[in-house]
Amino acid sequence: MRNTKRTQKIAFFLMLLATLLIVVPVGMIVVIIVQKGLPAINWQFLSDIPRQGMRTGGIFPAIIGTIYLVLGAIVFALPIGLLAVIYLSEYSRDNFLTRIIRLAIVNLSGVPSVVYGLFGLALFVVFFKFGASILSGSLTLGIMILPIIITTSREALESVPQSFREVSLSLGASKWQTIRHIVLPNAIPGILTGTILGLGRAAGETAPILFTVAAFYLPQLPKSIFDQAMALPYHLYVISTQVPNVDEKVRYGTALVLLVLVLFMNLVAIIIRYRFRKKKKW
Amino acid sequence: MRKLKEFIIEKLILVCGLAAIFFVVLIFLFLLKEGLALFKSVNPFAFIFGKSWYPISEPAQLGIMPLILGSLLVTLGAAIISIPIGVACAVYISEVAPSKTKEILKSGIELLAAIPSVVLGFIGMVTLVPWVKSVFHLPTGLTALSGSIMLAFMAMPTIVSVAEDALYSVPKNYKEGAFALGATHWQTIYRVMLPAASSGIVAAVMLGIGRVIGETMAVMMITGNSAIIPHSILQPVRTLTATIAAEMGEAVVGSEHYFALFAIGIVLFVISFIINVTADLFLHKRQ
Repeated sequence: MRNTKRTQKIAFFLMLLATLLIVVPVGMIVVIIVQKGLPAINWQFLSDIPRQGMRTGGIFPAIIGTIYLVLGAIVFALPIGLLAVIYLSEYSRDNFLTRIIRLAIVNLSGVPSVVYGLFGLALFVVFFKFGASILSGSLTLGIMILPIIITTSREALESVPQSFREVSLSLGASKWQTIRHIVLPNAIPGILTGTILGLGRAAGETAPILFTVAAFYLPQLPKSIFDQAMALPYHLYVISTQVPNVDEKVRYGTALVLLVLVLFMNLVAIIIRYRFRKKKKW
Repeated sequence: MRKLKEFIIEKLILVCGLAAIFFVVLIFLFLLKEGLALFKSVNPFAFIFGKSWYPISEPAQLGIMPLILGSLLVTLGAAIISIPIGVACAVYISEVAPSKTKEILKSGIELLAAIPSVVLGFIGMVTLVPWVKSVFHLPTGLTALSGSIMLAFMAMPTIVSVAEDALYSVPKNYKEGAFALGATHWQTIYRVMLPAASSGIVAAVMLGIGRVIGETMAVMMITGNSAIIPHSILQPVRTLTATIAAEMGEAVVGSEHYFALFAIGIVLFVISFIINVTADLFLHKRQ
């Protein structure tokens, strides 16, 4: 009896250790970046263009580029994702086609990010002749975040109770009216969560934009969606591997801005989800 | 009029419902379109099993065996580190941790999943790489081992969350039954919960490994990128993904090199397809 108790203690201790092995480094990563990056952050760093071969100056064009890309991705992915979710949760039956769609979504979310980059290059840059441009990059990122939007939003739509739909239908509303006025309004927080998570993912990805949009260095801001743009994650890659003798501070500062941007979006998504769950009355 | 509008909307919904299938097929077709062009001039067998990758020498040597071995070595290392830690962490979170700690730990894991890979790569470069260099007295810390450790961290969020889901969905009465028979908490976990959740845990491990094989930026930044057949985990290696990311910028559109990089893309796509379909089968089996 004592022996089994001791085994349990040892096992639980080892599991705690494993958990700490994951969680502690995460905390350390965040702390290191904040600690070393914070001194670099000032108004000039956020609002100026990179200077002296990107060794000083700011990262403004990269921030703007990333915002354009993310917005472009969401403009493309949200409508398609939303309609796809409506199909999956309201129209589809449990049949072979639905199974295939589900499998396709799983696969889409598993395709390596660099393969999305290749695809974007082949389809948008070369085949459609958009060139390396914000348009190509946004479309590539949009397809990449589609599975995230679909899986999170689907949960939201499916958590709307069946009785809501039945009441609406019994009052003579059509199927589409029921979806439009009953299902969607109740699922909005969940859809929002999915969308913001998708945004965060799009903002942080580097590989898909490498050959579709990212510019090594651009002194001015992009003027149209057919222009190349700088982007934060690619900029961080460039200044930490391609440009020698960049001040540590600039690297950490860039990493911090990117991290804050991505974590902020995730935080917003988590807060929306949390408040929604608390408010939910069914 | 309203009927017509609804008809159009419902058709649109159906079309978008099929979008996921459409895009998967589109991705595969375009990879094939560009990648298969390589095999007009290069023997597929020589491409897969060729021992040297010198794409810009004259004549170019396009054998991806060193890259495949590089990917395998890094992935294997990452799997050895991340599977036991990830599964143990999942068990701890779902079975042992008190509910408040549980929420904190889960957000920690979500935080890790949210950190962009280029940021992890950067942190790996400035912390892990010098550490590996000094611990093993190496000329460079950019090694397969550094890559494995970093990638293990990127696989763990996937492993933990999917495995935790699997443990959570084990019916409560299994556990109660084991307790009623006098089993300790650990015996219940070890003999009842883990076997009951095993297919979900297998899926978790596979999805984690899928994430590792496909990971690009972090791996490119910390594995040293030398396309030679590795003999030890303390050597620099180059993975399939890093090769595409590093070389596509210089490859001329329509050149043999360009086609070869797409052919590598096909290999990666097929690997991730197999992993995801199998993992999905395991997840389905559970239900």
